[in-house]
Amino acid sequence: MNVEATSALKACAPADYKSDVKPVWCPGCGDYSVLLAMQKAFAELGTPPEKIALITGIGCSSRIASYTTCYGFHGVHGRALALGTGVKIARPDLTVVVAGGDGDGFSIGGNHFMHACRRNPDLTYIVMDNQVYGMTKGQPSPTTDPEWQSALAPGGTGIRPFHPLVIALASGANFVARCFSGDPNGTAQTLVEAIRHPGFSFVQILSPCVTFRPEQKEWRKVVHPAPVEATDDPARAARRIMSDDNFNIGILYRGSRPPYRPKQSETRIAVADLEREFTT
Amino acid sequence: MPANSQQGTQSVSVALVGSGGAGVMTAGTILLDAAAKAGWYGLMTRSVGPQIRGGESAALLRLSTAPVECHGDSFDVLIAVDWQNFTRFAKEVPLSAHSVVLADPAAGAPPAAVADIGLQIVDVPMQELLKKIAGGRPNMLALGLAAMVLGIPEDVVAKVVERRLGKKGGEALDSSLQSVAAGRAAAPGLDGRFALAPAADATAPRWLMSGNQAAGLGALRGGVRFVAAYPITPATEVLEWMAPRLTKLGGALVQAEDELASINMIIGSSFSGVPSLTATSGPGYSLMSESIGLAVAAEVPIVVVNVMRGGPSTGIATKSEQADLNIAVYGLHGDAPHVVVAPTSIGDCAVTSQWAVHLAEKLQTPAIVLSDQFLGQAQAVLSPPLDTGEGPDRLINAAPMASSARYEVTESGVSPMPVPGVAGGQYISESLTHNIRGRPSTLADDHLAQIEKRQRKLSSFDFGARWADIEGDGPIAIISWGSCCAPIREAMSLLNGGGKDLRFIALRLLSPVQPERMAQALRGVERALIIEQSHSGQLYRYLRAHYDLPKDTMCYHRPGPLAFTPGEIRDQIARMQ
Ligand SMILES: Cc1ncc(C[n+]2csc(CCOP(=O)(O)OP(=O)(O)O)c2C)c(N)n1
Ligand code: SF4
Repeated sequence: MNVEATSALKACAPADYKSDVKPVWCPGCGDYSVLLAMQKAFAELGTPPEKIALITGIGCSSRIASYTTCYGFHGVHGRALALGTGVKIARPDLTVVVAGGDGDGFSIGGNHFMHACRRNPDLTYIVMDNQVYGMTKGQPSPTTDPEWQSALAPGGTGIRPFHPLVIALASGANFVARCFSGDPNGTAQTLVEAIRHPGFSFVQILSPCVTFRPEQKEWRKVVHPAPVEATDDPARAARRIMSDDNFNIGILYRGSRPPYRPKQSETRIAVADLEREFTT
Repeated sequence: MPANSQQGTQSVSVALVGSGGAGVMTAGTILLDAAAKAGWYGLMTRSVGPQIRGGESAALLRLSTAPVECHGDSFDVLIAVDWQNFTRFAKEVPLSAHSVVLADPAAGAPPAAVADIGLQIVDVPMQELLKKIAGGRPNMLALGLAAMVLGIPEDVVAKVVERRLGKKGGEALDSSLQSVAAGRAAAPGLDGRFALAPAADATAPRWLMSGNQAAGLGALRGGVRFVAAYPITPATEVLEWMAPRLTKLGGALVQAEDELASINMIIGSSFSGVPSLTATSGPGYSLMSESIGLAVAAEVPIVVVNVMRGGPSTGIATKSEQADLNIAVYGLHGDAPHVVVAPTSIGDCAVTSQWAVHLAEKLQTPAIVLSDQFLGQAQAVLSPPLDTGEGPDRLINAAPMASSARYEVTESGVSPMPVPGVAGGQYISESLTHNIRGRPSTLADDHLAQIEKRQRKLSSFDFGARWADIEGDGPIAIISWGSCCAPIREAMSLLNGGGKDLRFIALRLLSPVQPERMAQALRGVERALIIEQSHSGQLYRYLRAHYDLPKDTMCYHRPGPLAFTPGEIRDQIARMQ
């Protein structure tokens, strides 16, 4: 595996990362600001768009790849982390960002989420969490509160929501942060740090679905910066997150686990050398 | 009596049976290796019980003066270290009145299934003999017996024992060698009935390998450098064989959390420019379906090896069947043209998987290799499979321009693919229906243009002569695939006149279908017989749907787990003649 491409570095502005594809998103959708934050982060990192692979699943939020000028993959529902892991292993030289929704990442893709945290590949995973399935028009997701009414779950699900940040910590994620899309500058700063941080970085972005969860427009009023600095102790981080109000914004955990790398071998052989083992 | 089948060819079948701990598989492997060194060809399969470790097991060998890839209709020699649970796999060790059984009277009387046949039973007091050897090994004694009966020279066997068991250390090796010698000394003469004649090409090169190893080798020859794996019987050996070797080749293998992940990991790595593969069996293949469709739509080359086992559901993990044809050919939603190929022999697993890598890369689509448990897990002494020299050969857009479109509609249907990292080539590899630039589209024109382009990649491609192996030119055609091919070839040679009125079409390319080539192959054919190991006749129905077969076309099909034997197939062919 020695595919590597070189390109001349040139300064990029946020606008250089925006494609001319018109988003399908509803006016006011939080994901517009996530796109903006991503553009700003990429520009600040100075990584040219061709060096970035933006890998997504299926959902409103997963459409984001098309709206950038990076290399991208719009795969199937729930499998973006596996696609992104394959990209990173094959091409460690690329900056790999995986993005999607809470349904995509925590429900159908939940197993991959846990294992990506555990495997710790050097990539950044962004979940635009709107606590609903937007694309399929308003069903509860693993982060939806139990009382929320919907056609599919009249009277609410009655099921306790999933706590992605704590799961990420327990599974071994190396960087954990929560952002709010209504603050694209703050989100961009966190994304820069997440991408720079070696290993698996998980960023939950609270991103309102104005169509199916209009009450989320009020998030603007309740989010607040995390009251304390990020810790490098996952147990402490988990305790804080478990007892906060789910609106603490900021970097919550920075770990130092070495990123995943497939085993390298000192000895190099040619395919023809393999034939010897079969001769009798 | 060694079977005299193909002109001058002799073969002898030997079964070594004993409960798990007796190590009959080790003895069988050594016997096979020694036979290869002495110039013969051979095949070894095993029968194991449902226990994970231990339990009953049998090493089933057939040695021959010519290449051999199936078992005969009965075993010539059965060596039983003990009879524990023998009845559970007795059906896999058919015996006849001409067979000879070598057994230890101390292990009790042979089961009725054996005794009632009226064959010759020779008592060998194995436990007695082993008492005289410190650390004596029953499996090595059985090896000595077998080697003597078959006429495999003493020094050849000793050399293989030393090479294979040498690392266990001096004492263990000594007691093994002594046990082998005790076996030789105790072997009955049997008038040299089962001693094999030297093979005509005894000095020609021989390889000892399994079909799963061959598939791994073919894939590496073809240029695969990334594998994502989720263990499943009987495909695991493909993955385990590749793991350390990929690392030494500068590639990588990753164990994924499930098959949904493994298939997507290889799609991701291939998108990034690295030829990629995964191997699985029915249950895992079913899980992969949605994403194989993704690779069709997004036009990402991948190779998926499905080593078929008994199904449906968990089925029989350790036994062969050919009932995944339908899912391999039809198992994707939407119109999703892709390549399905199948090896026609154990060695051909190498050639076919190398070809699959080439085709996937060339056509930017998934290539499915439908191997089966028999081909995959059988060990064979064979002529080294050819390195076809075919590499990945992906059409790369090395210098993308503003006008480049990833899904450009081209005459061949294949569009140049930029490699991530190259400036100006950025595109979205898209699962949604898209236009030529990879932008999502719901327009009828875009949908049709892309569907047609993907279909054209396959229909306009010249797959060449490798689509099938064709032997003979008689008016009766036999059409088959996979592990059925070996017993068919042998059955043909067993028939009067060496099957001169027959022709055999062993399919390697299952999809896309090749109507013109098939018409050519069937020219002059009056009747056809399709042979397959599936209860519902999947191949028969598939061929009927897509090819112009003779009016008089029959099908002989049954499910696994028992493999077809040459005699069984000979009888079916004889009914056509
Ligand atoms: C295998 C599969 N099942 C179901 C769907 C339908 N589907 C599309 S998007 C989606 C959920 C999207 O929700 P989320 O991931 O939270 O993203 P959002 O739209 O809210 O951004 C579902 C269930 C699908 N595309 N594929
Ligand atoms: S449905 Fe909700 S998540 Fe989807 S685009 Fe509209 S506002 Fe955004």
